[in-house]
Amino acid sequence: MQPTTSLAEAVSFASPSGALSSFWLLIAIPLVSAAILLLAGRRADKWGHLLGVASVGVAFVLGLVYFFQLHGMNNRQGVSLNLFQFMPVGRLRVDFGLLYDPLSAMFVLLITGVGFLIHLYAVGYMEHDPGRRRFFGYFNLFVAAMLLLVLGNNYVMLYFGWEGVGLASYLLISFWYLRPSAATAGKKAFLMNRVGDAGFAIGIFLLFASLGTVQYDQVFNNVNKLSAGTVTAVAILLLVGACGKSGQFPLQAWLPDAMEGPTPVSALIHAATMVTAGVYLIARSHPIFDASDAAKTVVVCVGALTLLIGCVIGCAKDDIKRVLAWSTVSQIGYMFLGVGLGGVAYALALIHLLAHGFFKAGLFLGSGSVMHGMNDQTDMRRFGGLRKYMPITWATTGLGYLALIGIPPLSGFFTKEPIIVAAYHHEGWLGWVLGTAALIGSGLTAFYMTRLFVLTFHGPKRWTEDVKHPHESPKIMTIPLIVLAVGSVAAGGLLATSVVGWLTPVFGEQVEHGENWWVTGFTILVTLAGVGLAWALFSKGTALAEQPAGPVVTAARNNLYTDAFNEAVFEMPGKYLTRALVFLDNRGIDGLVNGLAAAVGGGSGRLRRTQTGFVRSYAMSILGGALLVVAAMLAVTLG
Amino acid sequence: MSPVHALVPLAQTPGQDQPFQLPPIDYAALAPMLILFGVACLGVLVEAVFRRFRRARIQLPLTLMGLVAALVVVIWTASKRTLTAGGAIAVDGPSLFLQGSILVLGIVALLLIGERTLERGGPFVAQAAVTANTEADRAQAATAEGASEVFPLTLFALGGMMLFTTANDLLTMFVALEVFSLPLYLLCALARRRRLLSQEAAMKYFLLGSFASAFFLFGIAMIYGFAGRVDFKSIDQAIIGSSMSPVLLYVGIAMLAIGLLFKAAAVPFHLWTPDVYQGAPTPVTALMAACTKVAAFGGLLRVLYVAFQRAQWDFQPVIGTIAVLTMLVGAILAVTQTDIKRLLAYSSIANAGYLLIGAVALNKDGLSSSLFYLVAYGFTVLAAFGVVTLVRDADGEATHLSRWAGLGKRSPLLASVFTFLLLAFAGIPLTSGFTAKFGVFAAGISGGQAWLVIAGVLSSAILAFPYLRVVVLMWLSEPAETTPTVSIPGALTSAALMIGTLATLVLGVAPTLLLPITTKAAEFIR
Repeated sequence: MQPTTSLAEAVSFASPSGALSSFWLLIAIPLVSAAILLLAGRRADKWGHLLGVASVGVAFVLGLVYFFQLHGMNNRQGVSLNLFQFMPVGRLRVDFGLLYDPLSAMFVLLITGVGFLIHLYAVGYMEHDPGRRRFFGYFNLFVAAMLLLVLGNNYVMLYFGWEGVGLASYLLISFWYLRPSAATAGKKAFLMNRVGDAGFAIGIFLLFASLGTVQYDQVFNNVNKLSAGTVTAVAILLLVGACGKSGQFPLQAWLPDAMEGPTPVSALIHAATMVTAGVYLIARSHPIFDASDAAKTVVVCVGALTLLIGCVIGCAKDDIKRVLAWSTVSQIGYMFLGVGLGGVAYALALIHLLAHGFFKAGLFLGSGSVMHGMNDQTDMRRFGGLRKYMPITWATTGLGYLALIGIPPLSGFFTKEPIIVAAYHHEGWLGWVLGTAALIGSGLTAFYMTRLFVLTFHGPKRWTEDVKHPHESPKIMTIPLIVLAVGSVAAGGLLATSVVGWLTPVFGEQVEHGENWWVTGFTILVTLAGVGLAWALFSKGTALAEQPAGPVVTAARNNLYTDAFNEAVFEMPGKYLTRALVFLDNRGIDGLVNGLAAAVGGGSGRLRRTQTGFVRSYAMSILGGALLVVAAMLAVTLG
Repeated sequence: MSPVHALVPLAQTPGQDQPFQLPPIDYAALAPMLILFGVACLGVLVEAVFRRFRRARIQLPLTLMGLVAALVVVIWTASKRTLTAGGAIAVDGPSLFLQGSILVLGIVALLLIGERTLERGGPFVAQAAVTANTEADRAQAATAEGASEVFPLTLFALGGMMLFTTANDLLTMFVALEVFSLPLYLLCALARRRRLLSQEAAMKYFLLGSFASAFFLFGIAMIYGFAGRVDFKSIDQAIIGSSMSPVLLYVGIAMLAIGLLFKAAAVPFHLWTPDVYQGAPTPVTALMAACTKVAAFGGLLRVLYVAFQRAQWDFQPVIGTIAVLTMLVGAILAVTQTDIKRLLAYSSIANAGYLLIGAVALNKDGLSSSLFYLVAYGFTVLAAFGVVTLVRDADGEATHLSRWAGLGKRSPLLASVFTFLLLAFAGIPLTSGFTAKFGVFAAGISGGQAWLVIAGVLSSAILAFPYLRVVVLMWLSEPAETTPTVSIPGALTSAALMIGTLATLVLGVAPTLLLPITTKAAEFIR
């Protein structure tokens, strides 16, 4: 292994050489493809989806080439490329600059690899949709923006990509914009993201105000010059941004509603890639978070709280995609917990992120496959017994499910369990609280995922009457499912050891905590308990409609009343504020303006009377004016 | 030797007992004016030699050629800096720029004046001496070919304006003032329709103009009393060196300013403007609004910057007050106007106020921004009056605003052009109005006259209302039964409209095309 830099040493990036000097192509190719698809109009309807798939495929191949290029380099800290000056304004100089380092390389492979599979799947899934070309245009746009997000070498580039993926997400959530629910969900996602983005933007402003730069290397090398208060403020503001994008408490409410978009969108954007941007932001800014213990504590608390919220609500939902969505919220909570713990847990969180990208994408695509066969039904109460009819979907979803709940030797076990161990290693009583929360979350995850799996594929049929013969999806959809399932199985073991080493140049050498067999054993036990309980409750099927339940389940069904809370605390005061302002505007400001206008009009009418039309009075007024001017001149000079 | 001269050692007195010697004359420097006056005389001969129906066809190209030739010479000699004719004429940056501006704007105005397709016989009366509202008058209004004397008259006026901007002593200036005023009085009286209104306007303009000229002349006398000379260089030196009572100087400045401000249409010497603008034939109104403004401010700038700059602390407050009054009164009175020509007249008064900001700033920025403003405003106002000539009914132009309701639905292209021009008057960005106003306001700030700029911004806000009212009227009102037809413009009017509108757009989008020229020109010589 290379002699690696510890965090205290300077961060510096080399200039790219060889094949790496063209890594901007990663962004350019999907972007050009998106432009073609969106501008070419109906002419591209026939071949548009192929171009969309091909562009991401090429980007993936390029990503692999660059990956091995970087792998072979002696100093793997990364290469930085400034394309052109983006904003030279006064003291602010922002370049359109890109950075390719182990962290971005990892994300590039995830985005283009999983992205390619989901693009492929979408060719089949969107086959009968008249807007398929538009869909692929937006999808390519998303990939380009996401790649810009992870490849920028300064915070403004990151923000640029950040807003780009936000836009693509908005467009794709409301892709079926004629459905009011989709349009509303798009707006909700957009607004809640604005809250986070505003925090993020202020954080960037604060960085610029206090350091005079937004370049990663300069910021990270100068973090120690900032006061503790400033660092904490910057970190918390970045966290606000991260919470918005990643659906973390208190900005989690938009993510489940985002499932109104087509299922490939949910798989790619709202499970595998975009929602992990918050984790990326914190991991990328690790020198800032490392410099502030307070901020790290906030991050772990957000993570732990969110993972519990996600699990609890996930248990109570009947819509298959919403269960998966809340599961995503909860799993990103684990990642936040990981990056908040810092040290070796950075890499752990990122491994979990990678593995999650595989199995959650697989699960979403599996649910899409089920919906495809069941006339777009999403209510799990109306599934059941599908194992016989959809064997491939059953197998791939099953592997994803086992990976997610962390059954050894599938990937979730290798990625989630170390985070729980690391949480217990946190100092003081907080470590026990965090570890226990993560442990409980693990049991709850096992429960709701088992419920999902059993209700969908096992037990008696509870289909609606219009479903006669559910069928397996076409090959173009099942092949990505199989590939992702293989990834879910294999990724964990392969990644756990190698990724930590791969990311060392970014996070520095870290001391392993060592194993803690007690925790590991206990985690497996809790997980099995969750599985067993769910199996016992649901293997015989369930009622066709939602049944009345106790206060806890009702609360969970209502998203723990977080929507109601938002409405009461933010929406109502906002409404009253606008009403008050409208009143003030009508009475006060308009009154003032109208009054002024009336005064001018009246003055005009009165002045007009001086315009008599008689030349004698004009001459009089000239004479009067002349006398005044002469008098004034004399008064000014002699007076 | 007169006692005055004995008291003024600074003035280099030419010995009155010596025989008068003809001063050397740089004919190349005077060539543009000589060309105009020469072609104007030719035009008079054409009137005498050719038959009535052929005259106009000869006069228009002749006049146009004269103007273009003069313009070519001005551009040719653009780098000339000299005093000539015994120091009576100053050929320098501002005078050459202003001469060029007068010629270019004059060419565009001439296109409107020469238009003969909108109305049989053109916009001018055939025989001005026929009594108005008689049978003979009605007959000639219907059929007769319009007077072609307007062409030489226009040339004389333009030549006088050019002389006015180059005059380097007060007497030459006075002569030039009369040279360009007299043809204008005549032109105002030559409307084909509504002849009584036209004649009344001419009469008022003539009487009040003479009145103002008298003030100007009286001011010359005062200054002569103070400095013993009338050329600007001597006056400039007398301000620091003269032993005469400064009362003479201050009263003199005031009187001169009155004469000049009358032509510039500043409050309280503006009362003639709406009546004359309304009564005069619209092409002549356009000529006055564009070219007379250039000439009047050219003269004012030269007098203030060259002769009286050393007394600036004394006259700045007074002229500043006049500027504020001009902007506010012009803007407020525009609010309640119901006639488009009167509305544009009050707008022209308010614009004189903005120009005064640049004049009072008394720095290089003030000068260059005023030069820019004059050109920008000139093009816009020419195009605007060009549009007014097109909106007609059976009785000629329909200038009452109620008649413009719903024009946007009847002729969207013309209404769009007019809307654009109104936005330029209101100073909306991407029009020359914005760049020009920004220039004089910035100069006002840098010249320490922030109070003028505040008044300017306030009056701009007021003035936006009447402009937008017309826009609303054109686009959002339903066309009434009586909405007049819009004539199809002839080639000449189309060209004038196009030049004016394009210039308004180009100077708004790419002001850097003109700004280096004005900056380079903004230096007087003494």
